[in-house]
Amino acid sequence: MIEILECPMPASFQDAGRPGYRHLGVPLSGALDPEWLAIANALVGNPWPAVALEMHLLGPRMRATMPLTIALAGEFSARIEDAAGRSRHAGNWSSHTLAADEVLVIGSVRSGIGYLAAHGGFEVPQVLGSSSTYARAGIGGIEGRALRAGDRLKLGAAGSPVSLRLPQPPVIDDGPLRVIPGPQREYFTDGAWGCFVGEEFTVGREADRMGLRLDGPRLEHDPARGADIVSDAVTPGAIQVPGDGRPIVLLADCQTVGGYPKIATVIAADLPRLGHALPGQRLRFVKVTIEQALAARRHAAATLAERIATLAPSTMGLDLEALYTANLIDGVIDAH
Amino acid sequence: MNPRLLALGDGALTIEFGDRIDSAINSRVMATRDALAAMNLDGIVDVVPTWRSLTVHFDPLRLDRELLGKHLLECALSVRQESALAAAWRIPAVFGDEFGPDLAAVARVTGRSEAAVIDTFCSTRFRVFLIGFLPGFPYLGELPEWLRLPRLGTPRVAVPANSVAIAGAQAAIYPWQSPGGWHLLGRTPVRLFDLGDTARPALLAPGDSVRFMPVNRGEFERLAAAVAAREIDVAEWKTA
Repeated sequence: MIEILECPMPASFQDAGRPGYRHLGVPLSGALDPEWLAIANALVGNPWPAVALEMHLLGPRMRATMPLTIALAGEFSARIEDAAGRSRHAGNWSSHTLAADEVLVIGSVRSGIGYLAAHGGFEVPQVLGSSSTYARAGIGGIEGRALRAGDRLKLGAAGSPVSLRLPQPPVIDDGPLRVIPGPQREYFTDGAWGCFVGEEFTVGREADRMGLRLDGPRLEHDPARGADIVSDAVTPGAIQVPGDGRPIVLLADCQTVGGYPKIATVIAADLPRLGHALPGQRLRFVKVTIEQALAARRHAAATLAERIATLAPSTMGLDLEALYTANLIDGVIDAH
Repeated sequence: MNPRLLALGDGALTIEFGDRIDSAINSRVMATRDALAAMNLDGIVDVVPTWRSLTVHFDPLRLDRELLGKHLLECALSVRQESALAAAWRIPAVFGDEFGPDLAAVARVTGRSEAAVIDTFCSTRFRVFLIGFLPGFPYLGELPEWLRLPRLGTPRVAVPANSVAIAGAQAAIYPWQSPGGWHLLGRTPVRLFDLGDTARPALLAPGDSVRFMPVNRGEFERLAAAVAAREIDVAEWKTA
């Protein structure tokens, strides 16, 4: 088991999501970055799609109650503390084995979000076919909520421990986000569209798993149509613009329908990038065709498969990154 | 208005039948949903009917987008009849007092008695136009003109689960405790959303019809206890 000692920011169980129930008002949910979720699980040899912990900004502190192997997918400054108070670096994009009573301190999540998978998988009950947490209705995860101190996470039966690392970690692309116009492009003036694809936006402070509010130029609705529609379906990536002209990009936990016009929709291949966006980050948008969106989807799937195929055994007992971090090599040289 | 296709990104396609709330338009949405379901297309993820449109979430690497669009337009044009999947429900509810804290104000503002409000509400045959906002939250329409009120100026922070409420031309039942700005008339003992029922977690589906049946406090409490103990099958709420 893993016991959560401290959980300063929302961390929740997520898997591939809960498709098949959106006609009943149940959001899709699931990992904001399914590719990183897949890599986290691959690093501990779990089959896809297994559930993992999605951590935001500042990760939890947790204790292993027994020997176990976990993997970190993302940019953290994690360390492992043993019972005697000695600390060692826990490298990113790698699996790590903890002895009983060792404590894993995730620290800051520099990639905005990051994932922790456990060898053998977490035992989280499935609700409507998924273990993903949808906190707003209390569905999935642990009692339908984010983790908190005192939670004890059960692990599935584990085989022989794995020790893998990802030699070439993914880099989050910072080019413009690709969008398909609409479905309510005609609710906006040409000036507003020009602004949307020509100007820069900043992620606002209201940012969570449901969506990101953007600051920047106000997008003007066509006065003949206004800023309200009779609600129709939305999807993660849809960019809705309420009457104040400030766009909201919807994410995995978004509702199934919405009453604001949607100027454009971010393509599926670029959705994971939105999950990593932090308040203050700048975003731009660029229009692409459906054909380009599909090519990007295929490319993303192929890239993920290639990445997972490159997973390599961790160098036996020699974690160079850890050595440098601990300054051991300098220490050896200084000893002369 | 002729149905038209709208792109909702690269993984969803919306067929739109109109831009207003209208039961004839909503009927076409449901009939199109049924016709599409009968085709058993591979690669469909979710099919979401709304007031006036049908959205298909799909995997574009498994289902060709143009082919799906063609099927949707064919389904829309070939069907005219009311959805065959629709069920009719009779939902018991207790009105007023702590169960419906806004009933007295609604009666006052509309200039009718509380009994008249309940009587009109319970003699209206509602249609489930849409499920949204929260899992299992049904948007029911439509109320008679005199019972249509704007939302509360200040929404409540916590509307109790199972509250029966009205706003504008619509009625709704809150399946979960949540914030809400609708006028609360009463409460139902019926479980609207059952997480344990993977096949049909939501009691109501878009296209169904609903009528409310007034019960007294004692009957409400008896039914609520039976629902909690799972002694009542959902078929109990169906009308023949």
